[in-house]
Amino acid sequence: MGSLFSAKNKEVFSTPISMNNPVTVQVLGICSALAVTSKLEPAIVMGLSVTIITAFSNVVISLIRKTIPNRIRIIVQLVVVAALVTIVSELLKAFAYDVSVQLSVYVGLIITNCILMGRLEAFAMANGPWESCLDGLGNGLGYAKILVIVAFIRELLGSGTLLGFNILNYDAIKDAGYVNNGLMLMPPMALIIVACLIWYQRAKHPELQDKE
Amino acid sequence: MNTNSNSYTIIYASVLVIIVAFLLAFVNSSLRDLQGKNVELDTKKQILSALGIREVQDAEAEFSKVVKSDMIVAEDGTLQTYEGAFITGYEKEYKENGRAHLFVCEIEGETKYVIPVYGTGLWGAIWGYVALNEDKNTVYGTYFSHASETPGLGAEIATEHFQNEFKDKNVMDGETVGLDVVKNGKVDKPEFQVDGISGGTITSVAVGQMLKGCMGHYTKFLTAKE
Repeated sequence: MGSLFSAKNKEVFSTPISMNNPVTVQVLGICSALAVTSKLEPAIVMGLSVTIITAFSNVVISLIRKTIPNRIRIIVQLVVVAALVTIVSELLKAFAYDVSVQLSVYVGLIITNCILMGRLEAFAMANGPWESCLDGLGNGLGYAKILVIVAFIRELLGSGTLLGFNILNYDAIKDAGYVNNGLMLMPPMALIIVACLIWYQRAKHPELQDKE
Repeated sequence: MNTNSNSYTIIYASVLVIIVAFLLAFVNSSLRDLQGKNVELDTKKQILSALGIREVQDAEAEFSKVVKSDMIVAEDGTLQTYEGAFITGYEKEYKENGRAHLFVCEIEGETKYVIPVYGTGLWGAIWGYVALNEDKNTVYGTYFSHASETPGLGAEIATEHFQNEFKDKNVMDGETVGLDVVKNGKVDKPEFQVDGISGGTITSVAVGQMLKGCMGHYTKFLTAKE
């Protein structure tokens, strides 16, 4: 391990947020991106929870990586993730009840989020705890970024609100012929928006495009 | 050390599972009291919301000020005072102990009755509270919540906008509960029925069934003339 903030470590943290984004480039975690993005608030909470849990489970797995028997490594990873998710959900219930009520559905989804398993398997099993922590934070934030963008578009155009505050539901706007687009609230729209984000990113960065 | 041998693998798995089990049991038991208090406070907040008292700072104080008594409706429709600890699971309370709870409240000198309701939505449990005016027939306010309805669609039952639609509707249609939610745009009895949420029809209809089912337990009380 070099210094705590060496160029390599910075890269480990920052590439998942942009050039190697888990959602738009690796196309992982799409299922939850559909489920939680019809409103901005759960998307933000989900993004933060995934970030925290990815970072923690990366650190735990990285610490015990040399002792894990190869044949049951996926099971060990799952147990660690499930235990962490359960602890986080219990803590939320005790100290932030309102948030836990909102999260109820999504906590279970965190356990099955492919980003977590992907990072544990691909990174934490081969790297030290500090790099793994940065990698977890980076990937979690990369995921959160996409969720927030998608939820912003869906809630604004679908319900005319943002974080529950009224933005577009005024008589003057309605009189001008504007209607909220109910399709935005349906799951397919999340896929289409994610696809547009992928399109934009690949068009801007030719190096991401598949070679003919 | 050979980390791939069978015995190592088995011992590793057992130790890991035991550690995790103890950890989770410890976390659960040490936080249970705090969680129970949160659930109780949340239940009180929900009851207050049905009475139109939302966003209160000190829900505990407000609850003891507004809610005068926690009653049980007897079979003949009369009210008996409930003496036990504050209950948060009303479905269990009715099915296992046969007790139908009812909260007698007082707002600006007027008596209001709050009835807990519970049922099943599209994906999971839905529940709520219905506050009635002193005439035991018109709705004063409602509160609904859900465990896992679709955000933006069925989950809209938890919004104030939907809950306010119930205000001033009639409850009893003769001897049966007439209060209902029907598919968006299909209201034919506006004095009883509320417009459902477009795109959230299954959840909306489930709210209607929940109202009919749970408030049906109170028929004797609601139809009794004083």
